[in-house]
Amino acid sequence: MQKLSTFLIALTFVLLSGMARAGLDIQLWTTPEGARVYFVQTDALPILDVQVDFAAGSAFDPAGKASLASFTRGLLDSGAGELDEDAIANRLADVGAQMGGGVDDDRASVSLRTLSSKAERDGAVNLLVTLLQQPTFPAAVLEREKKRAVADLQQALTQPGTIASRRFTEAIYGTHPYGRLATAASIDEVSREDVVGFYKTHYTVERSSISMVGDLSRSEAEALAARISAGLPRGGADDGIPPVPMSAAADIRVPHPSAQAHIMIGMPGIKREDPDYYPLLIGNYVLGGGGFVSRLMEEVREKRGYAYSAYSYFAPQQEAGPFQIGLQTKGSQVDDALAVVAQTLKDFIADGPTEEELAAARDYTINGFGLRLDSNRKVLGYVAVIGFYQLPLDWLDQYPQRVAELTVAQVRDAFQRRVKPEHLVRVVVGGDGDTTQATAAAQ
Amino acid sequence: MKHGRVSVVLSVAVVAGSLSLPASANPFETTLDNGLKVVVKEDRRAPSVVNMVWYRVGAIDEIDGSTGVAHVLEHMMFKGTDSLPAGEFNKRVAGMGGKDNAFTSRDYTAYFQQVPAARIGDVIALEADRMRHLNFSDDDFAKEIEVVKEERRLRTDDKPHSLVYEQLMATAFVAHPYRRPVIGWMTDLDRMKADDARDWYATWYAPNNATVVVVGDVDHEEIFAKVREAFGDFKAEALPDRREIVEPAQAGPRRSVVRAPAELPYVAMAWRAPTLRDIDKDRDVYALQVLAAVLDGHEGARIPKHVVRGSQVAVSAGAGYDGTGRGESVFIVDGTPSQGKTVADVEAALVAEIARVRDEGISDAELSRVKAQVIAGQVYKRDSLMGQAMEIGAMDAIGMSWQDDERMIEMLRSVTAEEVKAVAGRYFSDDSLSVAVLEPQPVENKPRTRLAGARH
Repeated sequence: MQKLSTFLIALTFVLLSGMARAGLDIQLWTTPEGARVYFVQTDALPILDVQVDFAAGSAFDPAGKASLASFTRGLLDSGAGELDEDAIANRLADVGAQMGGGVDDDRASVSLRTLSSKAERDGAVNLLVTLLQQPTFPAAVLEREKKRAVADLQQALTQPGTIASRRFTEAIYGTHPYGRLATAASIDEVSREDVVGFYKTHYTVERSSISMVGDLSRSEAEALAARISAGLPRGGADDGIPPVPMSAAADIRVPHPSAQAHIMIGMPGIKREDPDYYPLLIGNYVLGGGGFVSRLMEEVREKRGYAYSAYSYFAPQQEAGPFQIGLQTKGSQVDDALAVVAQTLKDFIADGPTEEELAAARDYTINGFGLRLDSNRKVLGYVAVIGFYQLPLDWLDQYPQRVAELTVAQVRDAFQRRVKPEHLVRVVVGGDGDTTQATAAAQ
Repeated sequence: MKHGRVSVVLSVAVVAGSLSLPASANPFETTLDNGLKVVVKEDRRAPSVVNMVWYRVGAIDEIDGSTGVAHVLEHMMFKGTDSLPAGEFNKRVAGMGGKDNAFTSRDYTAYFQQVPAARIGDVIALEADRMRHLNFSDDDFAKEIEVVKEERRLRTDDKPHSLVYEQLMATAFVAHPYRRPVIGWMTDLDRMKADDARDWYATWYAPNNATVVVVGDVDHEEIFAKVREAFGDFKAEALPDRREIVEPAQAGPRRSVVRAPAELPYVAMAWRAPTLRDIDKDRDVYALQVLAAVLDGHEGARIPKHVVRGSQVAVSAGAGYDGTGRGESVFIVDGTPSQGKTVADVEAALVAEIARVRDEGISDAELSRVKAQVIAGQVYKRDSLMGQAMEIGAMDAIGMSWQDDERMIEMLRSVTAEEVKAVAGRYFSDDSLSVAVLEPQPVENKPRTRLAGARH
């Protein structure tokens, strides 16, 4: 690929921040138990997508037990009702259904894609309901998965990208829950009682939102949501995510025998609901979110050939998610690349985007909004975010309007207030295996 | 732009699809007089369209000493034309609200844009321009080749499992071009010249070596007209003879070892396997595809069930077989041993799973499960414009047609349990086996000598 997965990740953040399509008809109601339901009806394809999100992400891991949230979500399909993990996997496959989801800092998600024809849909939906309401969390499976998790972790800890990412997270979040990282010790601490308890207190109606997109009538959708909601735990923990304290500047270097150094620079960024949301996200498109047309890509890759991937992103979360600039370059030109990034960021903060750059960012955002919603899967992604974070139903419609109104001065002002050198953490891992000289193109 | 917009070249629209498909004529296909094939699939769900140009040239067509040139040229395709400065292509597409990219495989090179449907004419014109008027500077090449080397470091040199896969292919094939990595050997990238990329472009980038695929909210007749207008004046070119390269018979197992910084060992095993050439007769290919799915098609399949969860020999393991492509095929299994287990244990466990199918066959439930997934997959893939365009283009680029898809699914659904048992016995002799193993090296080591590397 000419381009890069990192760019795609960065792009996702821009997109999640919202391209809109006027007229996406999201129906909202609450189940008798109080779960919020978001439904987009479309019969263009005989498919139904369902996603249930819980405020049960890794930020809710107790101190010392990092990865509890992850195990709880991971073990949902390892036993439920009368079914063991093989029976669950086979039943899913028998009806051609696919289950997905996972855990991020804020959310635990369970998603299901099924054919909408009755036999397949009923089989798949019954399974989903059983998993959500009657997980058995078998002790033997937990023990096995703990061993696998430790092995995965030990392997990952030898890879420079993983090391850089963990050091970055630790450095910008410190002891805040967003900074809790799984270790062999924290994995070892997780017991079956912890998992059962976490499920009961975090996979509750009150912490849930249900999203559905596809070939289903309103009454069928209501019945399905009611079934999901009726058997979920109630009440649960009254824990929120505390505000993120600002990081202090740090310069971290970790040796590693890789050819490339992995570089990450950043600090805590923005919340989902943040007064500077639009100027920072659209400004970031110009800085490093816009792929080939961003300044970082232009300066680092196009002008100098320093890296395959160079990006920046803001990941909006319940509380301040990371702002990160990243690239990978061979060890011998780390200092040159760092200097280019520092200058690019400094210039951008000082002057903001040009009128032309801001216009290009507006064009991309506004002209492209229809593309971001051209499949059921993409629609589900937005609907789930709107539902989980309780954004206004017309959030997608507001977005282009807010972007259209942005000025260069607003973007510059927001970056000057929010991205400050005294908070920037810089992590450089590896590159010690590079034996080449800085290249001709670097001159 | 230099390319012609003056005359609309008349060409015979060959809508081949309507002859063989009962349901509908969609997709629609035509071929211009200059040999450029055009396939349009109308999908009116959203005001969105994917435009792709597929060139039937990939790493398989490279020669020793200039490995990676197909991919390098792909990068250079964004570096300007006679009338468009470097980087402008990306800017134009972004300004439309769209995204664009490209990719190179062993068999083909493809370029794509996803844009609002109203802008389809603009991206067709942009692709036409760079099919014939690419014009990049030596200076831009000098920078971009460094980008490609960084890409190689990122994706291969610093990724132990990628190194193992690269070695596995280099071990399994001695004569066949699939022995060479798509991204190229670093030593070849070090020596590559701008003119290597220009020669590649001059040799292979011609209308009669390409297919335009458009999927989305469009009318096929309008697209045919726009493509004729943009590409119609281009001349067909004489393409080099493409001799089929056949891997000689293997006379015994081969092993290769990769040492790299890692915690856990890893092993990948490849057996030579057939490639689909006749969609009605090559039943072994379909049976091997079912075998791969029975082994690793879902969480309840045999390898995750027995090797990972049951015996817990491996912390992760899998199986893979495609069976389509311009070149030859391999059936691959791989895995990472659990603590206290060895690579040899994983190899034995994976081989035992295949042997068990050979000796005992598969159940009807397993077979119907695989088929249920295939049927559902046919529906799910229609949710993505990009996915649909990818399938049409890839089939075409490997010498088949999107029209074959339905027949191939039928064939797959006709596979019997007995056939699966039979192929498990037929293709897994160690005479045609190659194995590549990762031997983990401690990270705390002194800087190692370069693995695949360059010496300036």
